[in-house]
Amino acid sequence: MNPDKLSLFLGCIIPNRYPGIEKATKLCLDKLEIDWIDLPNASCCPAPGVFRSFDRSTWLAIAGRNISISEELERDILTICNGCYGSLADANNKLKNSEKLKEETNQHLKQINKELRGTIKIRHIIEYLYREFGPEDINERVEYPLNFNVALHYGCHLIKPSGERNLGNVERPEFFDELIESTGASSLDYPDKMECCGAGGGVRSALHDKALDITNHKLSQIKNRGVDCIVNACPFCHMQLDSGQAELGEKFGIDYEIPVLHYTQLLGLAFGYTPAELGINLNYVKNQTFLDKLEETITEQ
Amino acid sequence: MPESDLSEELKKTGVDILKCMQCGVCSGSCPSGRQMSLNIRKIIKKAYTNDKNILTDKDLWMCTTCYTCQERCPRGIKIVDGIYKIRTVAVREGTMLSEHRKVSHLLLETGHAVPINEETKQKREQLGLDSLPETVSKHPKALDDVKIILKSCKFDELVSKKE
Repeated sequence: MNPDKLSLFLGCIIPNRYPGIEKATKLCLDKLEIDWIDLPNASCCPAPGVFRSFDRSTWLAIAGRNISISEELERDILTICNGCYGSLADANNKLKNSEKLKEETNQHLKQINKELRGTIKIRHIIEYLYREFGPEDINERVEYPLNFNVALHYGCHLIKPSGERNLGNVERPEFFDELIESTGASSLDYPDKMECCGAGGGVRSALHDKALDITNHKLSQIKNRGVDCIVNACPFCHMQLDSGQAELGEKFGIDYEIPVLHYTQLLGLAFGYTPAELGINLNYVKNQTFLDKLEETITEQ
Repeated sequence: MPESDLSEELKKTGVDILKCMQCGVCSGSCPSGRQMSLNIRKIIKKAYTNDKNILTDKDLWMCTTCYTCQERCPRGIKIVDGIYKIRTVAVREGTMLSEHRKVSHLLLETGHAVPINEETKQKREQLGLDSLPETVSKHPKALDDVKIILKSCKFDELVSKKE
């Protein structure tokens, strides 16, 4: 399969809650001259924390349907969400490696005239940009180098389980930090950098306040480090860290006011798009200091 | 409640919990363990002693599936895969948190765990995107296909069970 031909898998939270990330991604993909289309007719990946926890056959069949649509188009799937990546990549690997599971899944898919053949790969935009372009190449394409101090949140399912992902060290990874720095920004280390945002595993949906306790801990560590923004590559982490700040404000009067950006929104800024074009203004957290710093950076260049 | 041998069920999915030496690296690494009552070491212990109480224990649903325990386990036990498996047994035997039942019904009705709403449609238009994305939200025939698959998997029956 040609890694240059991709279908963009949107998932649920990006198109249905944070469309700014969808817009930013599409602007960046065009800027990088990547051959992409929207994956038509896709559904939920399905969300691994909940549906994989409930029933394996359903998880594999719904994932199998999404994958089979992209197989028909002869395009690898590009995900922009750690959850979609984890769910589709794990399902794809299981289906490719087990004739039994593949046959069971295809029994369900047959009813809608689809078949999973096992011919494509599932990609995540961060590992895709790192492996197919690399930080130096990205850096050369940047038009407005940013001078932000960034707290990077990798998110769990981008890199784990490591046996499936093959992206190196999960305790102290660096590849995503390199992509942050390719925009001109600095990626600052902070305690518990690799810790979960709290949302995964169905915890946000069923035990909302418990998830928020984990988020609060993470945000407090980031706040202490003194950064301009948080950058992630997963809308579920994005939502937890962004709307989580609003909830912590309402419940406990804690105002972190740390802007949260998906990596494609950061890269979009470095390509010269405005915060409004990238939907950064549609976040819960509004922070004028961040926008002023951006304005200064752009004006100086 | 139907009988199921948890350690055997787990072994079938490649999770050999009998290798566990109860060292506690898993619970020491657990972000949920810091904030909640979840003790992943105890869950594993209960599973290998076939203690069925874990199927109805709320702690089972406090795992965010962050995989830190699994990555660090000195015995290489696929702990999170084990959690997934124990959860599917719990759901099969009728235990499901009410919010999880709700999100399952959203999938059954809309094909999405988080469906589109009016506020987001407006945001999409503001960004110059089509008000509906190119997903099942826009294509009813594709949504029908998703519903056919969910029915074929008997997902509707599974999540309609009463606790």
